[in-house]
Amino acid sequence: MPETASAAAAGTAGDDRRISGVPIRLEGVTKRYPGQDRPAVDDVDLEIAAGETVMFVGPSGCGKTTLLKMLNRLIEPTSGRIHLGDEDVTDQDADQLRRRIGYVIQAGGLFPHMTVATNVGMVPRMLRWDKQRTAARIDELLELVGLDPAVYRDRYPRELSGGQQQRVGVARALAADPPVLLMDEPFGAVDPVTRQRLQDELLRIQEELGKTIVFVTHDFDEAVKLGDRIVVFDVGARVVQYDTPERILAEPAEDYVADFVGAGATLKQLTLTRVGDVDLVQVTTAVAGSPSAEAVAAAQAAGDDFVVVLDSRGRPISWPTVAELTRTTTVPHTVDERLPVVGLRSTLNDALDTMLAASQGGVVVTGRRDGLAGVMAVETVMAAIQRSRTETAG
Amino acid sequence: MWEYVTERADLITFQAVQHVSLVVQCVLLGSLIGVALAVLVYRNPTATALANGVSAVGLTIPAFALLGILLAPFGFGITPAVIAVTFYAALPVLRNAVVGLAGVDRATVESARGIGMTRAAALLRVELPLAWPVILAGIRVATQMVMGIAAIAAYVLGPGLGGFIFSGLSRLGGANALNSALTGTIAIVLLALVLDLLLVLVGRLTTPRGIRA
Repeated sequence: MPETASAAAAGTAGDDRRISGVPIRLEGVTKRYPGQDRPAVDDVDLEIAAGETVMFVGPSGCGKTTLLKMLNRLIEPTSGRIHLGDEDVTDQDADQLRRRIGYVIQAGGLFPHMTVATNVGMVPRMLRWDKQRTAARIDELLELVGLDPAVYRDRYPRELSGGQQQRVGVARALAADPPVLLMDEPFGAVDPVTRQRLQDELLRIQEELGKTIVFVTHDFDEAVKLGDRIVVFDVGARVVQYDTPERILAEPAEDYVADFVGAGATLKQLTLTRVGDVDLVQVTTAVAGSPSAEAVAAAQAAGDDFVVVLDSRGRPISWPTVAELTRTTTVPHTVDERLPVVGLRSTLNDALDTMLAASQGGVVVTGRRDGLAGVMAVETVMAAIQRSRTETAG
Repeated sequence: MWEYVTERADLITFQAVQHVSLVVQCVLLGSLIGVALAVLVYRNPTATALANGVSAVGLTIPAFALLGILLAPFGFGITPAVIAVTFYAALPVLRNAVVGLAGVDRATVESARGIGMTRAAALLRVELPLAWPVILAGIRVATQMVMGIAAIAAYVLGPGLGGFIFSGLSRLGGANALNSALTGTIAIVLLALVLDLLLVLVGRLTTPRGIRA
């Protein structure tokens, strides 16, 4: 598997990573609402580097969402300047500006009366791309977010699950290849398993694209998992700490941050360790539809008691035991809906959650384009917990 | 009565066409006015309350009274008939359009603005299509209602089947008086049913599949 070679490198963002984002700079950005004595956002200065994912966290009502919406001027700042790259965009036409900034909200904010393709193609159409280019771009994006264009292109949002709607929302935001992506608690309305998959996918997409992402969340674990940096806000969007997840966990700037981070900070290290950072087990694989006897022989030769079945595009679909396989003549095409899968950028926390949810002692790990990267056993997670507890104790 | 109808088939057909034509044109005009007013008011709570008040009070004005008032400036003929019928057609549409537009999920509208749609584009491509089933329900109510009101418009010598009813009622007891009134009434009821079916069909054809119930 070629993916495994790059697995170790994938955990740490390399310097050679493609960056298509631009930096964002806020100078003294303030929002006052009439009739309120304290500003909702009070004189915020912030610099966000190109290609970084910056997470805005803080209690509800702290102004983090207001600040986010001022970046694409859905809310007009009362004063202050906003720079995108080298441009001061504070006084630019807001509609034109928004077509250059991806925007994703909870549940995707899809237009229910339009098909998936129409939704995704909305911004290219506003930018007057020709039809062929738009159509090609729609298919490319649906592939990117893991939806088969042939199946989903002509569906309506209500015919999709919550997770699928969210994926279409991300595809729509990326349609015109904007340098900046704003995400306002996008994964707040989906179940935990789906949320974890969507997070993994966002990490994978971001690895491919290198956008500048500003992401509002109230879930600190999500912030640690997705963020290159985290901004912790207090009331009035006061920046309490702006640092990497590791440093915020290790050295919270104020008691306020320590409270917010929570007492379970030892185990939060599980959220900092990525599946791609630990050793994965290589197992016997078989392509669906190939003769079972071959797969069984290969598994027995390697001493494996199960086989990971891949579909024609190399994506894992099930993991039958050798005993199960011997009863078949060809490797079955059946997709195991309960197959525990995590991505290389998933955290050990996610991996453990996924194993527990599926009642399995291991988890299948996928890499680029959902191809198989290996398998991780529950013992690996346990060893990591043990290590982190010893380190904290010592 | 059958004899009465067959003898006057041409006249009845002519008046039926006139009646439907008056109703359809006035409903179209009234719908445009109703939707336009709704677009102007739906974001403003005070204006919305005012519009709802106007549509509620407006519907309580007796058609006869309104036609009588309109006679003074416009005299007999088509003008007062068109004004009165359009007025009554606009009210249910206004009411439903306000409800429909207000019922569109704010998050959907915000995401439309967030991806760079202008206010007008968000209204035309997102809000109005999503409110359309509710607006169309208003148009159906309006059509049914003004089929009857258009009959009263014959009182000011407007066109339509109302003429049969009024001439029948004014000669009550005389030859064919009842036949005349019944012919007008039954024709109006039948045409109203046909129009309603057509509007159901329009609804099927114009409601996007993604939001069809």
